[in-house]
Parts: sequence; C-alpha cells; structure tokens
Amino acid sequence: MTSVVRLVVRTSAELLVTLGLVVVAFAVYVVFWSDVQNAAAQSKLRDTFQAQVEQAARTQVSAAKGGAAAPAPIASDLPSGSTLGVIRIPRLGDDWSWVMVEGVSDDDIAKGPGHFPGTAMPGQVGNFAVAGHRATHGEPFAHLDEVRKGDEVSIETVNGTYTYVVDGSKIVDPTAVGVIDAVPGKPGAKPKKALITLVTCNPRWGSTERMIISGHLTSTQIAGA
Amino acid sequence: MYAVLWRLVPGPWPAKLLVFLLLALGVLALLFLVVFPWLEPLLPFDEITLG
Repeated sequence: MTSVVRLVVRTSAELLVTLGLVVVAFAVYVVFWSDVQNAAAQSKLRDTFQAQVEQAARTQVSAAKGGAAAPAPIASDLPSGSTLGVIRIPRLGDDWSWVMVEGVSDDDIAKGPGHFPGTAMPGQVGNFAVAGHRATHGEPFAHLDEVRKGDEVSIETVNGTYTYVVDGSKIVDPTAVGVIDAVPGKPGAKPKKALITLVTCNPRWGSTERMIISGHLTSTQIAGA
Repeated sequence: MYAVLWRLVPGPWPAKLLVFLLLALGVLALLFLVVFPWLEPLLPFDEITLG
C-alpha cells in the first residue's frame, strides 16, 4: 500500500516539475524567442525594401525629369505580409525605425508594424492606420506612450517620404474601430485630410484597452528629389 | 515516471543520457514549433488590433 502511495506521489511530483519547466520554456519563447524571430523578419524586410528603393530610383529618374509634382501613392492592393515602407519617430530615438508590412493578422504584425488593409496608404487623403506590438515580437511600439503632440512621424515608401505631425494620443476600448475610419468617428464620411493613426495595446502587457496616436500630414518629399 | 523511462532505454549510462538529451531536445522543438505558436494568440498581450 505504501509503495502505491509513493509511486503516485513521485509521479505527480515529476509531472508538476515537468509542467513548471514547460511554463518557463513558454516564458522564454514569448519574451525572448519572439524578439529573435522578429529581428530576423525585420532584417529580411529591410533588405527587400532597400532593393525596392534602388529599383524605384532607377525608374523614377525619368519621372522626376517629367516634372511630377507629388509622388504617386503606392498600390493599395499589396499582398498581406509584404513590405510597405519604413516608419521613423525621432522622439523614440535616432535609430528607431521599423519596416512596416501590409495587414494586421497575427503573422503580419509578428514581422513588424502592420497597415490596416483598406485604410489610406501613406500620404493619401484618408487615414493611414498602423498597428504594432507594444510587448513581444520586437515590441516596436513599446514606448509609444512617450510620443507627444507636435512630434514628427515620418513614413518612407519607395515613392517618397511623408511627414506627419502628432496631434495627440488617447486610450480607447478595443472595440473602438471608429478611430481608423477615413474620417475618425464618422464611418462612410468623405475624407479631406491625410491623417495617420498608430494603434497598440494598453496597458503594455495587457489587452483591455488600446492606445491611439493620431496625427496629420504636413510635408511630402518625392523619392530621389 | 522518469526512473521507469531510464530503465526502458537500453545501453550503458552514457548512451542512456544521450537518448534522454535527444528526447528532451525533441520535446522542446515540438513545444517551440507547434504548441507555443498555437498557444500564444490565446494570451492577452498579443491583441493589439481593433474589433
């Protein structure tokens, strides 16, 4: 009888220790491994974007000579997960830059900040909306709470660089889809201004709310000009 | 549990140890490549979009 009790106690102790190790392994996966995978994805995306910029520079020389006044917006039907451009926010550091991708599925935003499909493209009239992780997966938007009114957000695409100025930030419910409307809060309204909206989770390791940074376009520079 | 497994693996102890390490590595790979990627979206800090 005692040997049976001993076997049961020993086996459950071994199982519990094993479970504890699995939990530790999961913590390592979430906190460390997702960053490693994101860094690899970003490095690949950066190479792709660089190649696209060089390719575009070759073809755009003729366009610039033709006297184009403003860069064409990039195609709005990019496949999910493809490179869209680079986002820079000087307030978060001179070397703070992330390659954005099209789409906001788990796979897309694991690679970098993702553009909400259907919202405006950089520089376009409407609302250019981007979601990024605030914790794990490289945590691009970890310190988005430090961004202040008047700060610049620059978006570089193969066609040009668009500079937005931050109007403010707010905390909203996760269901507040209106913030990414072309005219925020007015679904279906015809937009007149080019806006930007950055979305991430709040609090940092939680998901009960979302933090929104909004801004408007102030200047545009044609690539190569 | 592990004692029984240890007895089941044949060979001298260094060989047993090697088999055990390989088994542990296999389990870890299964966790990192299959189980954790499935588990992660179920956790709250991964939700950043709206809707």
